[in-house]
Amino acid sequence: MTFLGHDKMSKPGKDADKRERIVKRIARELRDGYYVNLGIGMPTLIANHVPKGIEVTLQSENGMLGIGPYPIEGTEDPDLINAGKETVSEMPGTSYFSSADSFAMIRGGHIDLSVLGAMEVDELGSIANWMIPGKMVKGMGGAMDLVASARRVVVAMEHTTREGAPKILKKCTLPLTGVRVVDTIATEMAYIRISKDGLVLEEVAPGLTAEDVQKSTEARLIVSPRLKVMES
Amino acid sequence: MNKVVANADEAIRDVFDGASIMIGGFGLCGMPENLIRALVRKGTKNLHTISNNVGIDGVGNGLLLAAGQIVHHIGTYVGENKLLEELVLSGNIKLELIPQGTFSERIRAGGAGIPAFYTPTGVGTIVADGKETREFDGRPYLMERGLTADFAFVKAWKGDRAGNLIYRKTARNFNPMMATAAKITIAEVEHLVDAGELDGDTIHTPSIFVKRIFQGELYERKIERRTVRKVG
Repeated sequence: MTFLGHDKMSKPGKDADKRERIVKRIARELRDGYYVNLGIGMPTLIANHVPKGIEVTLQSENGMLGIGPYPIEGTEDPDLINAGKETVSEMPGTSYFSSADSFAMIRGGHIDLSVLGAMEVDELGSIANWMIPGKMVKGMGGAMDLVASARRVVVAMEHTTREGAPKILKKCTLPLTGVRVVDTIATEMAYIRISKDGLVLEEVAPGLTAEDVQKSTEARLIVSPRLKVMES
Repeated sequence: MNKVVANADEAIRDVFDGASIMIGGFGLCGMPENLIRALVRKGTKNLHTISNNVGIDGVGNGLLLAAGQIVHHIGTYVGENKLLEELVLSGNIKLELIPQGTFSERIRAGGAGIPAFYTPTGVGTIVADGKETREFDGRPYLMERGLTADFAFVKAWKGDRAGNLIYRKTARNFNPMMATAAKITIAEVEHLVDAGELDGDTIHTPSIFVKRIFQGELYERKIERRTVRKVG
């Protein structure tokens, strides 16, 4: 079932392929019974790739558990939106609650997995994704609460900027969203786990070597002795 | 005791220049649109608004912004508003952006008589600047203050003449906390019924928090991002 519509953000071709690899890789981390918060943009597409036979419940920080697909044309409801302010539908078993209850769920450590985008991540697992100095500040929304308190925080992002500069750094340069909070990073090039010793390269995309990934990464990567090829 | 007023204009009769006002809603969803329009008609100036967003250009709180009535705003995300950007950059509005979970909990605490609390959100980021931090069980937390206001404008689906409120789906969002945190809470509802017609077990905001109530004159219920799928 197409859960949350098509990938509106990507141009067809290369960008869509990159996003698809990232999204599918993270979808494989889902486990039956998980309560999951998917950030705005690419992370929402993960809902389209939930593995067969498992059930996950999607949380929306504006006060909903059980986000369903976009509504069928003509049934959209102004009172039923996700955190990206898009109209959605509800799944059987849906519940609604206040923003205070919603963030009590998040801050209280009840969300199994939070997936969000990032502008920078560093080797300590700190993340910057809400503010570029000199540009208009749009606000952090719920991102700081999610990274601080979800049980597991996964970053879904392209490996480098559009100009090819690394986004995985020794130390973030932009204002931080959270310090030492990220567990893993999934990009179109690699799957990287953040450990006490640093960034562990666990998987590389088909056709790439660990050296290729290192060249696009500022922080030093520790190549896992069990290095695998990312399934696509 | 009569809490029922004829309309939004009567409901806001004592809102004064320089007042602080909490305004419910997540984007346009669940916002008190009749009260906002009345406040624009009244032309009250130097308002300190507390609201997750500032509407969008020309809709919701965006109307207050366009009329030059806001001098200070506390919120979590303002990405949908070009005019706000100009006003902030030109120094005409002071903007305070805080994490959404902290925002909702500050309002909840304010209404519950809790002057301050500790949260892990924002530790090590610019949100922590100037705030007391304290360690509990080996983890650092920030102290955040409860938040109150002169007025709260909330919107509910149903209400009774006693002031009990029931919200609908994700239009609940910040409305229940804001209803508790102001000296004068004004509720607008789509359906106003006699006391006794709502089941006491289903009330979201108990009457004690609501000073004035009325049935809104006009509900445009605009959708910010209409996303749909085709049948089949």
